[in-house]
Amino acid sequence: MAGFKKGTREMPEMNTSSLPDLIFTILFFFMIVTTMREVTLNVKITVPAGTELEKLEKKSAVSFIYVGPPTDQYRAKYGSKPRMQLNNSFADPSMIKDFIAQERQSMEDQAAQVVSMKIDRDTKMSLINEIKAQLRQSWALKINYSAGSRGSGPKQ
Amino acid sequence: MGKNKKKVPGLNTSSTADISFMLLIFFLVTTSMDTDKGLTRRLPPPVEDEEATKQIHENEIFLVRVNQFGQIWASYEGWVGDGDSHYISAYQLRSMVKAFIANEDQLPNWPSRSEAVDIPQLGVVYPTKYHVISVQCDEDAPYHVYFDVQNELVAAYNELRNEFSLKKWGVPFDELSDERKIAIRTFYAQKISEAEPKVRTSK
Repeated sequence: MAGFKKGTREMPEMNTSSLPDLIFTILFFFMIVTTMREVTLNVKITVPAGTELEKLEKKSAVSFIYVGPPTDQYRAKYGSKPRMQLNNSFADPSMIKDFIAQERQSMEDQAAQVVSMKIDRDTKMSLINEIKAQLRQSWALKINYSAGSRGSGPKQ
Repeated sequence: MGKNKKKVPGLNTSSTADISFMLLIFFLVTTSMDTDKGLTRRLPPPVEDEEATKQIHENEIFLVRVNQFGQIWASYEGWVGDGDSHYISAYQLRSMVKAFIANEDQLPNWPSRSEAVDIPQLGVVYPTKYHVISVQCDEDAPYHVYFDVQNELVAAYNELRNEFSLKKWGVPFDELSDERKIAIRTFYAQKISEAEPKVRTSK
């Protein structure tokens, strides 16, 4: 073996001029696929899983209602029973009418209004029925039960 | 006029990567990935007088009940429970509802298919026009069972529509033209009723 030269050649520096472009590409990817978080959740929600799901098409025409047990920091104040959250604060089902009216005002296409309900899977139906009755009263009839997807077939 | 070409020093761009990294992290933190998917339903409009509700024949009703423990119970003409187990799973519901709505064999004690309906694209057909799937939930029933029931009911309709489309035109429902979709939707119209849930009275 000839043996390796123990030359003092310097390692050529890596060209990093394309690094910003790379990062920008990732940035744009994230800007496109993600949506701005509008509210901070005060409730813990594990949505149920279903098979016959549809995507919410018009983001601008969607209002959100969150239902679930309060997170740890609110538990002392509000208890651990599922509660409803509108915008950034806890609310009673009776406040839905105002909420819907307010949401409608800021919408261009009011007929396309969809109410997306993100409800924790262990919530009792009495609360949900109350919410649905209020939605009916305020003529917000298109609703969407938010859910994760699962494979078809029997569960478990 | 200086004609001697001075070399313009190149702008140091080594920090551009850091800046874009910061932007990237900002977007990662403030946005969320969750794609909003869900089961789309339509609520009935508020009714002024509840008494105006139409009378439905017993044969046409498929009753689904969910009790406070989240057990599902179905009741319709000709169904006498499944041996020992009185309750059914949500998945069982799908095939039961499908058979009930389609009523392929025109069973006399199931929704009748005697009335002709003229649907564009389909001609004169005999759907089970007046059937109703009635879902009744106990006040304390957990939401995920209710959701499963709704999911299976929608699945039953979707499967029926798809099968119909394959039989008639040989293409899945999703690939049909809009007019044909509407035709099939009219044939298998979703009739899921959620009457006012029963309030359990303690005895």
